[in-house]
Amino acid sequence: MEGMNPLALPSEMGEAAIAILGDSRLRGCIQCGTCSGVCPFGFLMDYPPVRMISAVRSDTFQRVLTSDAIWMCVACSACTTSCPTQIPLTENLMTRTKEELILAGSVPAELQSALENSQRYGNPLGESPRKRTDWLRGIDAMVPVMGKDTRQADVLWFVGDYASYHTRVQPGTRTFAMLLNRLGVNFAILGQEENSDGDSQRLAGERGLFELLAEKNGRAFRKYKFHEIITTDPHAYNALKNEYPKLGISYPVRHYSEFLAGMLDQIRPMLRREVKARVAFHDPCYLGRINDIYDPPRALLQAIPGLTLLEMPHFRKTSLCCGGGGGGMWLDGFSWEKAHIRLSEWRVQEAVQVGADILAIACPYEAPRFEDATKTVKKAEHLLVRDICELLSDAMEAVV
Amino acid sequence: MKIAVPVQFVPDLVEELIVDAQGNRLDPYAIRWILNEFDDHAIEQAVILKEKGGADITVIAPDFEGADDALFAAAAKGADHLVKITADYDGGINAHALARLFAPILDGLKPDIILTGVQAHSSLDGSAGALLAETLGLPYVGYVSGIDAAGGKATVRKEYPGGLTAILDVTLPAVFGIQAAETPPRYVPITKVRQAMKTNQIDEESQDLDLSGGLEPARMYPPEVGQRAAMLEGDIDDVAEKIAAILSDQGIL
Repeated sequence: MEGMNPLALPSEMGEAAIAILGDSRLRGCIQCGTCSGVCPFGFLMDYPPVRMISAVRSDTFQRVLTSDAIWMCVACSACTTSCPTQIPLTENLMTRTKEELILAGSVPAELQSALENSQRYGNPLGESPRKRTDWLRGIDAMVPVMGKDTRQADVLWFVGDYASYHTRVQPGTRTFAMLLNRLGVNFAILGQEENSDGDSQRLAGERGLFELLAEKNGRAFRKYKFHEIITTDPHAYNALKNEYPKLGISYPVRHYSEFLAGMLDQIRPMLRREVKARVAFHDPCYLGRINDIYDPPRALLQAIPGLTLLEMPHFRKTSLCCGGGGGGMWLDGFSWEKAHIRLSEWRVQEAVQVGADILAIACPYEAPRFEDATKTVKKAEHLLVRDICELLSDAMEAVV
Repeated sequence: MKIAVPVQFVPDLVEELIVDAQGNRLDPYAIRWILNEFDDHAIEQAVILKEKGGADITVIAPDFEGADDALFAAAAKGADHLVKITADYDGGINAHALARLFAPILDGLKPDIILTGVQAHSSLDGSAGALLAETLGLPYVGYVSGIDAAGGKATVRKEYPGGLTAILDVTLPAVFGIQAAETPPRYVPITKVRQAMKTNQIDEESQDLDLSGGLEPARMYPPEVGQRAAMLEGDIDDVAEKIAAILSDQGIL
């Protein structure tokens, strides 16, 4: 395939493939095919999960490794959560297959550059690590930086890659900073010491890189005192909550929607301005399906006066991935070539279908993905994509 | 077959480039060094040659920030020997000095093929590879994007402007300036780099740096801002009228 190294076909199975072949849970599959039916891209994979397992059992897994279908997997965990025999397909099958291909040197070119950027710059966007706090420029809020302004805080805000660097996401990041100020939260950020959380790199098959990034963040965490970590990024949340502890980096962590929902008594009286809009909330995969957090974002939205909360056909556990997970964020061209449709476009179609004025989001991957989709999906031109904290801020009085 | 790949580092353009107080060079403390992209292709081409017909690859780098990482990454791809040249680099570096640094090591090594990046964005007066060939008294072919080698001869694909390509037969030993490897530099997973750190060692060679022959910039400065663009304000109709007026003034309408 174009852009791939010619070494694509591994001559012998590596560690990850051996782990797949020896996985008794995979061998216990009842071959119902639910995983492949529920997979948003299962329809175009020559080896959807059920056929991959079938190949494991018939000793033809080598053939799976010659296919590039695995790169369509967005690690959304739809297969895992719907599997009647509860096989951890996303982790044990899909991610390990990606690991095997990466170790064999078979990486789509777009993904390669995101991984190389993460190695060198600590973020997949290839931005200077020295500019990680550039989003603070011109901000009308106090944002203390650990090591520079303070060495301790109640709350460490792990800002994350896209919230720090992506120009479409930065306004939401600044709004969250202002919100923390209004709420009188004693917080600090890591500034240039923060590295990518690495979770999407892990789910794209680069476990070694994930561990390297986690170690760097772990070293930064240990230098300062704080009670808990909060983050607006569900991918960072998932890494900090479920994966870092396996590497001995263990801190209490909350997604900002949980954190703010915990302060609703304080927030509610501040929400005095009506936001008259029909709002559909998109459950991010790594908040909802993977970490079971469905209610806090909805509680925040429902606290906003005038706002009507809608549910789209795929919601809560059945939410449809934005297409950015598991490396999908860095495989846009690749997946477009394969699918000629973006998952973000399907999602925006659903928001239009239920008559939403606003698509509310709670993950930094989503703003650019969904907003781009509103430009191509019919009747979506008036659909606004807004972060929950931006909607909260809209509902607050202008002056504190 | 023995292949040597002398590489260099260039300022990383992802970082801000700051001219120092002297006013004729980049502030060395603000620079973050990165392996020259063309040298990365030279390493890849060496590994491709090794995969085609076997080779013993030595990668040689000046001891800049990031040199160890670049060398171990090369080992993870397939390089067999790693050499780092220590010297006093505080006064800067140029292509002439680089050629003189690499020459004695290559004299001792006697490789059949020397691959190096055809250019570096920090070079002011030509390619280190061509200067190196001159220093060693070897033939040089630049802008190479493919090599086959056997029996003391190499067949190389050389790119010319205008989309022309020549196939040249070259008697070895020779120096090739690599424009692009036959396939893009491969990804090296961190796990493999970490393994390479455990199983490879970097040999250090200490040398005196001789910067003579290079150009001395008189002044270095960011591009000067010319006449600023005019932003047209107003609603669509206002802006359209203003554009029409401007085009009319210019005699275009």
